[in-house]
Amino acid sequence: METRTHIPVAKDYLKDSVLLNESVDLPSDVEKVLRFVRREKVKYPVVFVGTGSSGLISGAGETLDQVKRYLGDRDIKAEVVETGSTGYCTMEPVMEVQMPGKTRVAFRQVTGDKVPFLLDGVFNNMIPDVQVLGQHRNPSLEVWKDVPFIDELPFFSIQLRNLLRNWGRISPLSIEEYIATGGYRSYLKTIRSYTHDEVCDIVERSGLQGRGGGGFLTGKKWKVAHTVIADQRYLLCNADESDPGGFANRAMIESDPHRLIEGVMIAAYAIGTSKAFIYIRNDYNTAISRLEEAIRQARDYGLLGHDVFGSGFNIEIAVRKGPGAFVCGEETAMISSIEGKRGMPRPKPPYPAVSGLFGKPTVVNNVETLSNVPAIFENGPDWFRSIGSESARGTKVLVLSGRIVNQGIIEVPLGTVVKDIIFGAGEGIPGKKGFKAIQIGGPSGGFLTGENIDTPYDFESLEAEGVYMGSGGMVVLDEGCCIIDTVRYFMDFIQKESCGKCIPCREGTRRMLEVYENITRRPVDENGHTTLERFKGVMQLESLAEVIRDTSLCGLGQKAPNPVISSLRYFRNDYEEHIFDRKCSAGVCKELRLFRIDVDKCTGCTVCAPKCPVSAIIGTRHHPFFIVEDKCTGCGICYDVCKFSAISVI
Amino acid sequence: MDGKTNDILRKYPKGSRDSLIPILQDIQDQDGYLSEQALVEVGRYLDLPSGKIYGLATFYNQFRFGPPGQHHVCLCHGTSCHVTGAGDVRKELEKKLRIKPGETTRDGKFSFELSACMGACHLSPLIRVNGRYHTGVKPGDVKEIMDSYIEGGEE
Repeated sequence: METRTHIPVAKDYLKDSVLLNESVDLPSDVEKVLRFVRREKVKYPVVFVGTGSSGLISGAGETLDQVKRYLGDRDIKAEVVETGSTGYCTMEPVMEVQMPGKTRVAFRQVTGDKVPFLLDGVFNNMIPDVQVLGQHRNPSLEVWKDVPFIDELPFFSIQLRNLLRNWGRISPLSIEEYIATGGYRSYLKTIRSYTHDEVCDIVERSGLQGRGGGGFLTGKKWKVAHTVIADQRYLLCNADESDPGGFANRAMIESDPHRLIEGVMIAAYAIGTSKAFIYIRNDYNTAISRLEEAIRQARDYGLLGHDVFGSGFNIEIAVRKGPGAFVCGEETAMISSIEGKRGMPRPKPPYPAVSGLFGKPTVVNNVETLSNVPAIFENGPDWFRSIGSESARGTKVLVLSGRIVNQGIIEVPLGTVVKDIIFGAGEGIPGKKGFKAIQIGGPSGGFLTGENIDTPYDFESLEAEGVYMGSGGMVVLDEGCCIIDTVRYFMDFIQKESCGKCIPCREGTRRMLEVYENITRRPVDENGHTTLERFKGVMQLESLAEVIRDTSLCGLGQKAPNPVISSLRYFRNDYEEHIFDRKCSAGVCKELRLFRIDVDKCTGCTVCAPKCPVSAIIGTRHHPFFIVEDKCTGCGICYDVCKFSAISVI
Repeated sequence: MDGKTNDILRKYPKGSRDSLIPILQDIQDQDGYLSEQALVEVGRYLDLPSGKIYGLATFYNQFRFGPPGQHHVCLCHGTSCHVTGAGDVRKELEKKLRIKPGETTRDGKFSFELSACMGACHLSPLIRVNGRYHTGVKPGDVKEIMDSYIEGGEE
């Protein structure tokens, strides 16, 4: 058995023949070597295991150990490669095998115990029917019979993978493999043949917009920072993705860190800086270690450091670990945090592009924005313009999660209809419950319902529906989910994460949370005018939301009421049901539930009565029991313990 | 003066304000939490009032000011986990461990924390205990999972 993550190709060979070769098409002998590096042709079997963090949580570590043990025990000469995630989270852990002369075939949900069975099959040229996901397309190799192609699966067929094209295919820990897929050539072309202004122009012409949610033209931002006269400038990469339900940036770093680093370098060159920071969330351990390793490799190749490849360009990238505050995703707050202060936003203007980190011009770009940059220089701005819709160019990486069959990370052209994403790539909703809504954009986003699910996914169309794109999270809710409860959850999150600098956000979000807490629980004390107070709160909800939106200092506060406004617009019935009927038809708001004992089914076994924390269940043994409605708090303990299903929710 | 804290401080010879957060992160990585003494030392080194450092450290979620428990329980509370029932799991954990998020039990056995998103929405709701993941957790499973650590810890 042989395990290696690096292909032994001389560094100097790759540097001279690939990186410094300025022709678009490489000579055929070089291409032949690169095909070998890309593992398009293999001499020995290769086993790939996807070990991104979602894979590792699913048990990929155990799978990897089992593969190594299997090969070691049988003394099989084969290679084991760790790759990033394929993006298809539901199918993880994913194991792929490439036999000499045959296409690469992927297996799904391969936990450690299934490894011997699957490898036995593949090594004997038989693909077991179960657990096969599909095979990769490669015209020069023999295909496996009766195995579907991966790009024909619904999850992949809708996608256009530019940023994600190396995902699950190459080892994220190998700079050689990244170079063999065309990596770092755009960067060297840029610093050797373009001026700073030209780089900004090309990116502006491509129409690339910031992917962090703002949608500002990236090239324009760079130009502003470049034209300000200063002795130092900074580039910050925002990898502090703290959205609940958003982990695309993390997976991008784990699966293809070199793409981000190349993007950072090009952006640093464009604005004329030698100092770049990547601000990454501290608990992204796998991502941080892979990023640091990738930076080390790039430095080793001379791509980072002083006078890169004799071009006179100097660049250093430092990784800063964000100590965990949602508000630090806002650019000025992030700048404060890097300066060693509390992560609180500052009023704008001056914009960071004029006066940012340590008072110097600073450009803050999202991971996804920067990862888009290398491909723009590889294929030209016109290629980039040709993807997406009229108003938004390029692709967008989305995270599908919640009540949906296929969960994972996908990349689609901007302007793709949301319905196609959910029912195409996502393959709809599991179980019998119907579709209710999609929550887009995390805590500062909004809802789409069955009525407007035909909206194209781009900045303008979504905004017209009152939804902000945010970082690309898409959580699907079915009829078993309660909208009011979800909004309450977001308010709770925002209220905790509000930095406390400006009053509308600090106090306003807390008041909104109180309103939601009031309508999702039963009145505590009817004597103290609680009902009246409750109605007063609800009446003010809309105007409170508008005040917070209009008067908060930063994006966090301004967008905090979005879920409220959006849900009030589409789910008025749900609000009315909670407020007037004090009922939650989804059964999520626990405190609104009431239970009743079915006299026919109850045997009087007395299991429930002693368990009731408020002694609301009364009765005598062997006779049906009874729940006192006024006492019942709806905790549901009796419901869970009843063996005869005699207790039901009213 | 604590030698170990000193070693960390020596890694930041410039001693400027922007190295404050990395220093605190290093101390927490080493000790598991930020002790009062460490904060005072850092303040002396960077020439900052320790109150200011405390103010900064309390702002961020990463820093803790007491030692973590023997078993560190972390519940993912992302949107996807929430819609699949993480709220009930949280209540159950609070009931079982008798602590709120951010606290440590009196006997030092367990500490409990919430995470905004662990990035494994397809396995929600999930708990991480000492780096080991429990996926698809239902409120009813909580007792059993926690008990397995109580037994394991006593061995």
